[in-house]
Amino acid sequence: MTRRRAFTVAAQGLGGIAGAAIVLPAVGFAVAPIFHRGKERWEAVGPVGDFVEDTYRQVVFTETEGIGDAGKTTAYVRKGSKQLGENPNEMVAVSNRCVHLGCPVRFVEAAGNFICPCHGGVYDFQGKRIGGPPVRPLDHFQARIRNGQVELGPRYSVTSQLEPVRARDPGEFTGGIWEYLYPPRPSTFPPPSG
Amino acid sequence: MKLDSLIPAPLRKPAKPGKGNGAKGPAPADLKTSPPERPSDAARLGDRAKEAPADVLAWLDQRTAATGFLTGMLYRKVPKGTNWFYTLGSATLFAFIVQATTGVFLAMFYTPSTTQAYASIAHINNDVFLGAFVHGMHKWGSSVMVILIFLHMGRVFFFGAYKYPRELNWIIGVVLLILTMTMAFTGYLLPFDQRSFWASAVGININGTGPVIGPYLSDALRAGPELGATTLSRFYAIHMLLIPGALIALIGAHLYLVVKLGTTAPPWLRAEKPKAASPTAALQAGVEGNGGGSR
Repeated sequence: MTRRRAFTVAAQGLGGIAGAAIVLPAVGFAVAPIFHRGKERWEAVGPVGDFVEDTYRQVVFTETEGIGDAGKTTAYVRKGSKQLGENPNEMVAVSNRCVHLGCPVRFVEAAGNFICPCHGGVYDFQGKRIGGPPVRPLDHFQARIRNGQVELGPRYSVTSQLEPVRARDPGEFTGGIWEYLYPPRPSTFPPPSG
Repeated sequence: MKLDSLIPAPLRKPAKPGKGNGAKGPAPADLKTSPPERPSDAARLGDRAKEAPADVLAWLDQRTAATGFLTGMLYRKVPKGTNWFYTLGSATLFAFIVQATTGVFLAMFYTPSTTQAYASIAHINNDVFLGAFVHGMHKWGSSVMVILIFLHMGRVFFFGAYKYPRELNWIIGVVLLILTMTMAFTGYLLPFDQRSFWASAVGININGTGPVIGPYLSDALRAGPELGATTLSRFYAIHMLLIPGALIALIGAHLYLVVKLGTTAPPWLRAEKPKAASPTAALQAGVEGNGGGSR
Protein backbone atom coordinates (compact mmCIF):
# COMPACT_ATOMS: atom_id res chain seq x y z
CA MET A 1 0.00 0.00 0.00
CA THR A 2 1.31 3.37 -0.99
CA ARG A 3 1.40 6.31 1.37
CA ARG A 4 -1.16 8.13 -0.79
CA ARG A 5 -3.52 5.13 -0.69
CA ALA A 6 -3.16 4.78 3.08
CA PHE A 7 -4.09 8.41 3.61
CA THR A 8 -7.07 8.09 1.26
CA VAL A 9 -8.40 5.08 3.13
CA ALA A 10 -7.79 6.72 6.50
CA ALA A 11 -9.55 9.93 5.46
CA GLN A 12 -12.54 8.04 4.10
CA GLY A 13 -12.68 5.87 7.21
CA LEU A 14 -12.64 8.90 9.49
CA GLY A 15 -15.33 10.53 7.39
CA GLY A 16 -17.43 7.40 7.65
CA ILE A 17 -17.05 7.31 11.43
CA ALA A 18 -17.93 11.00 11.69
CA GLY A 19 -20.99 10.47 9.49
CA ALA A 20 -22.11 7.42 11.46
CA ALA A 21 -21.73 9.34 14.72
CA ILE A 22 -24.37 11.75 13.44
CA VAL A 23 -26.66 9.44 11.47
CA LEU A 24 -26.91 6.44 13.80
CA PRO A 25 -28.14 8.34 16.89
CA ALA A 26 -30.64 10.21 14.70
CA VAL A 27 -32.00 6.97 13.23
CA GLY A 28 -32.10 5.39 16.67
CA PHE A 29 -33.98 8.42 17.95
CA ALA A 30 -36.53 8.04 15.17
CA VAL A 31 -37.13 4.29 15.57
CA ALA A 32 -36.85 4.11 19.38
CA PRO A 33 -40.66 4.13 19.90
CA ILE A 34 -40.80 0.66 18.32
CA PHE A 35 -39.08 -0.72 21.40
CA HIS A 36 -40.84 1.38 24.00
CA ARG A 37 -43.78 -0.01 25.95
CA GLY A 38 -45.93 2.54 27.72
CA LYS A 39 -47.35 2.25 31.20
CA GLU A 40 -50.16 -0.23 31.69
CA ARG A 41 -53.33 1.69 32.45
CA TRP A 42 -56.65 0.45 33.81
CA GLU A 43 -59.89 2.37 33.82
CA ALA A 44 -63.14 1.66 35.66
CA VAL A 45 -66.13 1.55 33.32
CA GLY A 46 -69.00 0.75 35.70
CA PRO A 47 -70.24 -1.50 38.51
CA VAL A 48 -70.39 -5.24 37.89
CA GLY A 49 -74.17 -5.17 38.25
CA ASP A 50 -74.47 -3.13 35.05
CA PHE A 51 -73.34 -6.05 32.91
CA VAL A 52 -75.19 -9.23 31.96
CA GLU A 53 -74.11 -12.36 30.15
CA ASP A 54 -76.49 -12.52 27.21
CA THR A 55 -75.87 -9.12 25.68
CA TYR A 56 -73.20 -6.43 25.48
CA ARG A 57 -73.08 -3.04 27.09
CA GLN A 58 -71.17 -0.34 25.25
CA VAL A 59 -68.54 1.58 27.24
CA VAL A 60 -66.12 4.32 26.22
CA PHE A 61 -62.74 4.68 27.88
CA THR A 62 -59.34 6.23 27.21
CA GLU A 63 -56.82 3.98 25.48
CA THR A 64 -54.25 6.61 24.50
CA GLU A 65 -53.60 9.50 26.84
CA GLY A 66 -52.77 13.05 25.85
CA ILE A 67 -54.71 13.43 22.61
CA GLY A 68 -58.16 14.18 23.99
CA ASP A 69 -61.21 12.52 22.48
CA ALA A 70 -59.13 10.97 19.70
CA GLY A 71 -57.50 8.71 22.31
CA LYS A 72 -60.80 7.23 23.44
CA THR A 73 -62.03 3.87 22.28
CA THR A 74 -65.20 1.84 22.56
CA ALA A 75 -65.53 -1.62 24.09
CA TYR A 76 -68.48 -3.99 24.28
CA VAL A 77 -68.55 -5.60 27.72
CA ARG A 78 -70.53 -8.53 29.14
CA LYS A 79 -70.21 -11.20 31.76
CA GLY A 80 -68.75 -14.58 30.85
CA SER A 81 -71.43 -16.94 29.59
CA LYS A 82 -71.77 -20.47 30.93
CA GLN A 83 -73.55 -21.55 27.76
CA LEU A 84 -70.49 -20.60 25.71
CA GLY A 85 -68.14 -22.35 28.13
CA GLU A 86 -66.77 -19.18 29.70
CA ASN A 87 -66.07 -18.39 33.33
CA PRO A 88 -69.16 -16.55 34.63
CA ASN A 89 -67.04 -14.69 37.18
CA GLU A 90 -64.94 -13.03 34.49
CA MET A 91 -65.81 -10.16 32.20
CA VAL A 92 -65.50 -10.24 28.41
CA ALA A 93 -64.54 -6.92 26.79
CA VAL A 94 -64.56 -6.88 22.98
CA SER A 95 -62.95 -3.99 21.11
CA ASN A 96 -65.07 -2.25 18.51
CA ARG A 97 -62.09 -1.87 16.18
CA CYS A 98 -62.68 -3.95 13.07
CA VAL A 99 -59.66 -6.16 12.43
CA HIS A 100 -59.92 -5.60 8.70
CA LEU A 101 -58.72 -1.99 8.56
CA GLY A 102 -59.73 -0.46 11.88
CA CYS A 103 -63.22 0.93 11.29
CA PRO A 104 -65.62 0.91 14.27
CA VAL A 105 -67.93 -2.11 14.37
CA ARG A 106 -71.38 -2.01 15.95
CA PHE A 107 -73.09 -4.73 17.96
CA VAL A 108 -76.50 -5.39 16.41
CA GLU A 109 -78.76 -6.67 19.15
CA ALA A 110 -81.36 -8.29 16.87
CA ALA A 111 -78.80 -10.32 14.94
CA GLY A 112 -76.49 -10.91 17.87
CA ASN A 113 -73.60 -10.01 15.57
CA PHE A 114 -70.96 -7.33 15.26
CA ILE A 115 -71.19 -5.61 11.88
CA CYS A 116 -68.63 -3.29 10.30
CA PRO A 117 -70.04 -0.46 8.17
CA CYS A 118 -66.98 -0.04 5.96
CA HIS A 119 -66.49 -3.28 4.06
CA GLY A 120 -69.13 -5.59 5.47
CA GLY A 121 -67.17 -7.55 8.06
CA VAL A 122 -69.44 -9.66 10.31
CA TYR A 123 -68.49 -11.25 13.66
CA ASP A 124 -70.56 -13.55 15.86
CA PHE A 125 -71.56 -12.96 19.49
CA GLN A 126 -68.10 -13.94 20.77
CA GLY A 127 -66.37 -11.77 18.17
CA LYS A 128 -65.36 -14.62 15.84
CA ARG A 129 -65.36 -13.70 12.16
CA ILE A 130 -68.27 -15.16 10.25
CA GLY A 131 -68.20 -13.06 7.10
CA GLY A 132 -66.47 -10.38 5.08
CA PRO A 133 -62.81 -9.42 4.83
CA PRO A 134 -61.62 -9.52 8.50
CA VAL A 135 -58.68 -11.81 9.13
CA ARG A 136 -59.23 -12.86 12.75
CA PRO A 137 -61.73 -12.41 15.62
CA LEU A 138 -62.24 -8.99 17.17
CA ASP A 139 -59.60 -7.85 19.67
CA HIS A 140 -60.29 -7.97 23.40
CA PHE A 141 -59.34 -5.80 26.33
CA GLN A 142 -58.07 -7.27 29.56
CA ALA A 143 -60.81 -6.99 32.17
CA ARG A 144 -60.81 -7.35 35.95
CA ILE A 145 -63.08 -6.56 38.86
CA ARG A 146 -61.83 -4.24 41.59
CA ASN A 147 -64.07 -3.06 44.46
CA GLY A 148 -67.18 -4.04 42.54
CA GLN A 149 -66.09 -2.02 39.51
CA VAL A 150 -65.27 -3.46 36.13
CA GLU A 151 -61.87 -2.20 34.99
CA LEU A 152 -60.53 -2.45 31.46
CA GLY A 153 -56.82 -2.67 30.67
CA PRO A 154 -54.51 -3.28 27.71
CA ARG A 155 -55.70 -4.57 24.37
CA TYR A 156 -54.86 -8.09 23.22
CA SER A 157 -55.68 -10.07 20.10
CA VAL A 158 -57.01 -13.59 19.86
CA THR A 159 -56.59 -16.50 17.47
CA SER A 160 -59.50 -18.04 15.61
CA GLN A 161 -59.89 -20.35 18.64
CA LEU A 162 -60.08 -17.27 20.92
CA GLU A 163 -56.68 -18.03 22.50
CA PRO A 164 -55.10 -14.77 23.71
CA VAL A 165 -52.00 -13.47 21.91
CA ARG A 166 -50.27 -10.10 21.98
CA ALA A 167 -52.13 -7.23 20.36
CA ARG A 168 -51.86 -7.07 16.57
CA ASP A 169 -52.89 -4.27 14.26
CA PRO A 170 -55.92 -4.71 12.05
CA GLY A 171 -55.23 -6.68 8.90
CA GLU A 172 -52.72 -9.03 10.56
CA PHE A 173 -53.52 -12.72 10.96
CA THR A 174 -52.99 -14.52 14.27
CA GLY A 175 -52.18 -18.11 15.23
CA GLY A 176 -50.03 -20.78 13.64
CA ILE A 177 -47.40 -19.61 11.17
CA TRP A 178 -48.87 -16.09 11.22
CA GLU A 179 -47.34 -15.58 14.64
CA TYR A 180 -44.01 -15.49 12.80
CA LEU A 181 -45.11 -13.63 9.68
CA TYR A 182 -46.72 -10.91 11.81
CA PRO A 183 -44.42 -11.01 14.84
CA PRO A 184 -45.62 -9.47 18.11
CA ARG A 185 -44.33 -5.95 18.63
CA PRO A 186 -42.28 -4.99 21.68
CA SER A 187 -44.59 -2.02 22.24
CA THR A 188 -47.56 -4.26 23.11
CA PHE A 189 -48.41 -5.91 26.42
CA PRO A 190 -48.22 -9.67 27.03
CA PRO A 191 -51.64 -11.31 26.74
CA PRO A 192 -53.45 -12.53 29.87
CA SER A 193 -52.47 -16.09 30.73
CA GLY A 194 -55.14 -18.75 30.36
CA MET B 1 -34.51 43.68 -30.88
CA LYS B 2 -35.16 45.72 -27.78
CA LEU B 3 -35.13 42.59 -25.65
CA ASP B 4 -31.96 41.41 -27.31
CA SER B 5 -30.08 44.45 -26.07
CA LEU B 6 -30.86 43.34 -22.50
CA ILE B 7 -29.43 39.89 -23.00
CA PRO B 8 -25.66 39.64 -22.92
CA ALA B 9 -24.29 38.46 -26.22
CA PRO B 10 -23.33 34.95 -25.09
CA LEU B 11 -26.88 34.32 -23.82
CA ARG B 12 -28.58 35.46 -27.01
CA LYS B 13 -30.17 32.84 -29.17
CA PRO B 14 -27.61 31.91 -31.78
CA ALA B 15 -28.51 33.33 -35.18
CA LYS B 16 -29.69 30.86 -37.74
CA PRO B 17 -27.29 30.39 -40.61
CA GLY B 18 -28.13 32.71 -43.51
CA LYS B 19 -30.13 35.05 -41.32
CA GLY B 20 -27.24 36.78 -39.61
CA ASN B 21 -27.05 40.50 -39.11
CA GLY B 22 -25.68 41.02 -42.55
CA ALA B 23 -27.29 44.44 -43.02
CA LYS B 24 -24.92 47.22 -42.16
CA GLY B 25 -25.70 50.86 -41.68
CA PRO B 26 -25.29 53.31 -44.54
CA ALA B 27 -21.74 54.02 -45.50
CA PRO B 28 -20.34 57.03 -43.61
CA ALA B 29 -20.36 60.26 -45.57
CA ASP B 30 -17.37 62.51 -45.65
CA LEU B 31 -16.48 63.17 -41.99
CA LYS B 32 -15.24 66.64 -42.69
CA THR B 33 -18.35 67.99 -44.33
CA SER B 34 -20.77 66.31 -41.94
CA PRO B 35 -19.14 65.31 -38.63
CA PRO B 36 -21.08 62.79 -36.55
CA GLU B 37 -23.40 64.39 -34.03
CA ARG B 38 -22.10 64.18 -30.49
CA PRO B 39 -24.72 62.86 -28.13
CA SER B 40 -25.74 65.13 -25.31
CA ASP B 41 -24.89 64.20 -21.69
CA ALA B 42 -28.49 63.27 -21.01
CA ALA B 43 -28.57 60.96 -24.02
CA ARG B 44 -25.29 59.37 -22.97
CA LEU B 45 -26.66 58.77 -19.46
CA GLY B 46 -29.78 57.26 -21.00
CA ASP B 47 -27.69 54.90 -23.06
CA ARG B 48 -25.77 53.85 -20.01
CA ALA B 49 -28.98 53.22 -18.10
CA LYS B 50 -30.30 51.09 -20.95
CA GLU B 51 -27.19 48.96 -20.79
CA ALA B 52 -27.27 48.56 -17.00
CA PRO B 53 -29.19 45.26 -16.96
CA ALA B 54 -26.83 43.83 -19.54
CA ASP B 55 -23.90 45.06 -17.47
CA VAL B 56 -25.26 43.32 -14.38
CA LEU B 57 -25.73 40.09 -16.28
CA ALA B 58 -22.24 40.39 -17.75
CA TRP B 59 -20.84 41.01 -14.26
CA LEU B 60 -22.51 37.84 -13.01
CA ASP B 61 -21.43 35.85 -16.04
CA GLN B 62 -17.80 36.84 -15.71
CA ARG B 63 -17.87 35.41 -12.18
CA THR B 64 -20.01 32.31 -12.72
CA ALA B 65 -19.57 31.41 -16.40
CA ALA B 66 -23.22 30.38 -16.23
CA THR B 67 -24.06 31.38 -19.81
CA GLY B 68 -22.56 28.26 -21.32
CA PHE B 69 -24.79 26.10 -19.17
CA LEU B 70 -27.82 28.35 -19.57
CA THR B 71 -27.62 28.63 -23.36
CA GLY B 72 -27.13 24.87 -23.55
CA MET B 73 -30.21 24.35 -21.40
CA LEU B 74 -32.50 27.03 -22.81
CA TYR B 75 -31.69 26.58 -26.50
CA ARG B 76 -31.26 22.84 -26.57
CA LYS B 77 -32.65 21.05 -29.59
CA VAL B 78 -36.03 19.39 -29.26
CA PRO B 79 -37.16 16.71 -31.69
CA LYS B 80 -39.76 17.24 -34.37
CA GLY B 81 -43.31 16.56 -33.25
CA THR B 82 -42.82 17.83 -29.71
CA ASN B 83 -46.34 18.69 -28.56
CA TRP B 84 -48.45 19.70 -25.57
CA PHE B 85 -48.13 16.28 -23.94
CA TYR B 86 -44.48 17.15 -23.33
CA THR B 87 -45.53 19.90 -20.91
CA LEU B 88 -46.99 17.49 -18.33
CA GLY B 89 -43.64 17.17 -16.55
CA SER B 90 -43.30 20.94 -16.25
CA ALA B 91 -46.92 21.09 -15.08
CA THR B 92 -46.09 18.62 -12.33
CA LEU B 93 -43.08 20.70 -11.36
CA PHE B 94 -45.31 23.76 -11.23
CA ALA B 95 -47.78 21.89 -9.00
CA PHE B 96 -44.89 20.99 -6.69
CA ILE B 97 -43.78 24.62 -6.53
CA VAL B 98 -47.34 25.64 -5.64
CA GLN B 99 -47.40 23.00 -2.90
CA ALA B 100 -44.03 24.10 -1.53
CA THR B 101 -44.98 27.78 -1.50
CA THR B 102 -48.43 27.39 0.02
CA GLY B 103 -47.03 24.83 2.48
CA VAL B 104 -44.43 27.27 3.76
CA PHE B 105 -47.11 29.88 4.40
CA LEU B 106 -49.49 27.37 6.00
CA ALA B 107 -46.70 26.38 8.40
CA MET B 108 -46.70 29.96 9.68
CA PHE B 109 -50.15 29.44 11.19
CA TYR B 110 -50.36 25.68 11.74
CA THR B 111 -49.71 24.09 15.15
CA PRO B 112 -48.71 20.41 15.01
CA SER B 113 -50.23 19.49 18.35
CA THR B 114 -53.10 17.08 18.88
CA THR B 115 -55.00 19.56 20.98
CA GLN B 116 -54.42 22.61 18.76
CA ALA B 117 -54.03 21.28 15.20
CA TYR B 118 -57.75 21.26 14.41
CA ALA B 119 -58.26 24.71 15.94
CA SER B 120 -55.29 26.15 14.04
CA ILE B 121 -56.67 24.85 10.74
CA ALA B 122 -60.07 26.34 11.61
CA HIS B 123 -58.28 29.60 12.41
CA ILE B 124 -56.52 29.53 9.01
CA ASN B 125 -59.79 28.84 7.21
CA ASN B 126 -61.99 31.28 9.08
CA ASP B 127 -59.88 34.16 10.38
CA VAL B 128 -56.62 34.51 8.46
CA PHE B 129 -56.73 36.83 5.43
CA LEU B 130 -56.98 34.59 2.33
CA GLY B 131 -56.34 31.64 4.65
CA ALA B 132 -59.05 29.47 3.14
CA PHE B 133 -57.61 30.22 -0.31
CA VAL B 134 -54.04 29.25 0.58
CA HIS B 135 -55.23 26.16 2.46
CA GLY B 136 -57.48 25.28 -0.48
CA MET B 137 -54.59 25.66 -2.94
CA HIS B 138 -52.54 23.25 -0.82
CA LYS B 139 -55.37 20.78 -0.31
CA TRP B 140 -56.62 20.61 -3.90
CA GLY B 141 -53.14 21.17 -5.31
CA SER B 142 -52.01 17.90 -3.77
CA SER B 143 -54.64 16.03 -5.79
CA VAL B 144 -53.70 18.00 -8.89
CA MET B 145 -50.05 17.07 -8.42
CA VAL B 146 -50.82 13.36 -8.06
CA ILE B 147 -53.06 13.42 -11.14
CA LEU B 148 -50.44 15.30 -13.17
CA ILE B 149 -47.75 12.82 -12.13
CA PHE B 150 -49.80 9.93 -13.44
CA LEU B 151 -50.59 11.77 -16.69
CA HIS B 152 -46.88 12.56 -17.09
CA MET B 153 -46.02 8.96 -16.33
CA GLY B 154 -48.57 7.78 -18.90
CA ARG B 155 -47.11 10.13 -21.51
CA VAL B 156 -43.61 8.78 -20.89
CA PHE B 157 -44.88 5.22 -21.01
CA PHE B 158 -46.97 5.47 -24.16
CA PHE B 159 -44.35 7.53 -26.00
CA GLY B 160 -41.70 4.96 -25.09
CA ALA B 161 -39.63 7.71 -23.49
CA TYR B 162 -38.47 5.39 -20.70
CA LYS B 163 -36.26 3.34 -23.04
CA TYR B 164 -32.48 3.45 -23.34
CA PRO B 165 -30.78 5.71 -22.35
CA ARG B 166 -33.52 7.14 -20.14
CA GLU B 167 -34.23 4.16 -17.84
CA LEU B 168 -32.55 5.82 -14.87
CA ASN B 169 -34.83 8.83 -15.24
CA TRP B 170 -37.84 6.50 -15.16
CA ILE B 171 -36.50 4.96 -11.94
CA ILE B 172 -35.96 8.39 -10.39
CA GLY B 173 -39.49 9.28 -11.50
CA VAL B 174 -40.90 6.22 -9.74
CA VAL B 175 -39.10 7.21 -6.54
CA LEU B 176 -40.52 10.72 -6.96
CA LEU B 177 -44.00 9.18 -7.33
CA ILE B 178 -43.55 7.19 -4.11
CA LEU B 179 -42.29 10.28 -2.27
CA THR B 180 -45.27 12.29 -3.55
CA MET B 181 -47.69 9.61 -2.36
CA THR B 182 -45.95 9.69 1.03
CA MET B 183 -46.44 13.45 1.06
CA ALA B 184 -50.13 13.00 0.33
CA PHE B 185 -50.41 10.33 3.03
CA THR B 186 -48.63 12.27 5.77
CA GLY B 187 -50.33 15.54 4.87
CA TYR B 188 -53.75 13.98 5.21
CA LEU B 189 -53.39 13.55 8.99
CA LEU B 190 -52.38 17.14 9.69
CA PRO B 191 -55.85 18.78 9.93
CA PHE B 192 -56.52 16.16 12.64
CA ASP B 193 -60.26 15.96 12.11
CA GLN B 194 -62.27 12.73 12.12
CA ARG B 195 -61.64 12.03 8.46
CA SER B 196 -57.89 12.53 8.60
CA PHE B 197 -57.57 10.59 11.86
CA TRP B 198 -59.41 7.51 10.59
CA ALA B 199 -57.90 7.66 7.10
CA SER B 200 -54.44 7.67 8.68
CA ALA B 201 -55.42 4.80 11.01
CA VAL B 202 -56.51 2.77 7.99
CA GLY B 203 -53.40 3.73 6.00
CA ILE B 204 -51.07 2.74 8.84
CA ASN B 205 -52.94 -0.55 9.23
CA ILE B 206 -52.48 -1.27 5.53
CA ASN B 207 -48.74 -0.66 6.04
CA GLY B 208 -48.89 -3.15 8.90
CA THR B 209 -50.17 -5.97 6.71
CA GLY B 210 -46.76 -6.37 5.10
CA PRO B 211 -45.33 -9.62 6.45
CA VAL B 212 -42.52 -9.62 9.05
CA ILE B 213 -41.57 -5.93 8.88
CA GLY B 214 -45.12 -4.57 8.53
CA PRO B 215 -45.93 -4.48 12.25
CA TYR B 216 -42.66 -2.70 13.03
CA LEU B 217 -43.23 -0.25 10.19
CA SER B 218 -46.62 0.60 11.67
CA ASP B 219 -45.07 1.17 15.10
CA ALA B 220 -42.38 3.38 13.60
CA LEU B 221 -44.99 5.43 11.72
CA ARG B 222 -47.17 5.86 14.81
CA ALA B 223 -44.26 6.18 17.24
CA GLY B 224 -46.01 3.59 19.40
CA PRO B 225 -48.71 0.95 19.46
CA GLU B 226 -51.57 3.41 19.01
CA LEU B 227 -52.08 6.56 16.97
CA GLY B 228 -51.22 9.33 19.41
CA ALA B 229 -49.74 12.75 20.03
CA THR B 230 -46.28 11.79 18.74
CA THR B 231 -47.79 10.44 15.54
CA LEU B 232 -48.95 13.90 14.52
CA SER B 233 -45.61 15.63 15.09
CA ARG B 234 -43.87 12.72 13.39
CA PHE B 235 -46.09 13.00 10.33
CA TYR B 236 -45.58 16.77 10.35
CA ALA B 237 -41.79 16.40 10.38
CA ILE B 238 -41.89 13.82 7.60
CA HIS B 239 -44.31 15.97 5.61
CA MET B 240 -42.51 19.29 5.79
CA LEU B 241 -38.84 18.44 6.39
CA LEU B 242 -37.81 14.93 5.45
CA ILE B 243 -39.62 14.29 2.17
CA PRO B 244 -39.45 17.81 0.66
CA GLY B 245 -35.65 17.71 0.88
CA ALA B 246 -35.52 14.36 -0.88
CA LEU B 247 -38.09 15.54 -3.42
CA ILE B 248 -36.12 18.68 -4.32
CA ALA B 249 -32.87 16.73 -4.66
CA LEU B 250 -34.44 14.08 -6.89
CA ILE B 251 -36.32 16.65 -9.00
CA GLY B 252 -32.91 18.24 -9.59
CA ALA B 253 -31.48 14.90 -10.73
CA HIS B 254 -34.59 14.27 -12.87
CA LEU B 255 -34.26 17.62 -14.64
CA TYR B 256 -30.51 17.23 -15.06
CA LEU B 257 -31.07 13.98 -16.93
CA VAL B 258 -33.85 15.51 -19.04
CA VAL B 259 -31.51 18.31 -20.14
CA LYS B 260 -28.55 15.97 -20.52
CA LEU B 261 -30.34 13.30 -22.56
CA GLY B 262 -32.92 15.44 -24.35
CA THR B 263 -36.49 14.40 -25.08
CA THR B 264 -37.71 11.71 -27.42
CA ALA B 265 -39.67 12.22 -30.61
CA PRO B 266 -43.25 10.98 -30.49
CA PRO B 267 -43.55 7.37 -31.62
CA TRP B 268 -45.70 8.21 -34.66
CA LEU B 269 -42.78 10.04 -36.25
CA ARG B 270 -40.65 7.53 -38.14
CA ALA B 271 -36.93 7.95 -38.14
CA GLU B 272 -35.80 9.47 -41.41
CA LYS B 273 -35.26 6.82 -44.04
CA PRO B 274 -31.67 6.17 -44.94
CA LYS B 275 -30.81 7.63 -48.28
CA ALA B 276 -29.85 4.24 -49.64
CA ALA B 277 -33.08 2.31 -50.06
CA SER B 278 -31.79 -1.08 -51.21
CA PRO B 279 -29.62 -3.31 -49.00
CA THR B 280 -26.83 -3.43 -51.53
CA ALA B 281 -26.80 0.34 -51.82
CA ALA B 282 -26.65 0.59 -48.00
CA LEU B 283 -23.76 -1.83 -48.02
CA GLN B 284 -22.01 0.24 -50.66
CA ALA B 285 -22.66 3.39 -48.66
CA GLY B 286 -21.12 1.66 -45.65
CA VAL B 287 -18.10 0.68 -47.67
CA GLU B 288 -17.73 4.21 -48.91
CA GLY B 289 -17.55 5.38 -45.32
CA ASN B 290 -20.92 7.11 -44.96
CA GLY B 291 -21.65 4.91 -41.99
CA GLY B 292 -25.19 4.02 -43.06
CA GLY B 293 -26.44 6.48 -40.48
CA SER B 294 -29.94 5.12 -39.98
CA ARG B 295 -31.25 4.81 -36.45
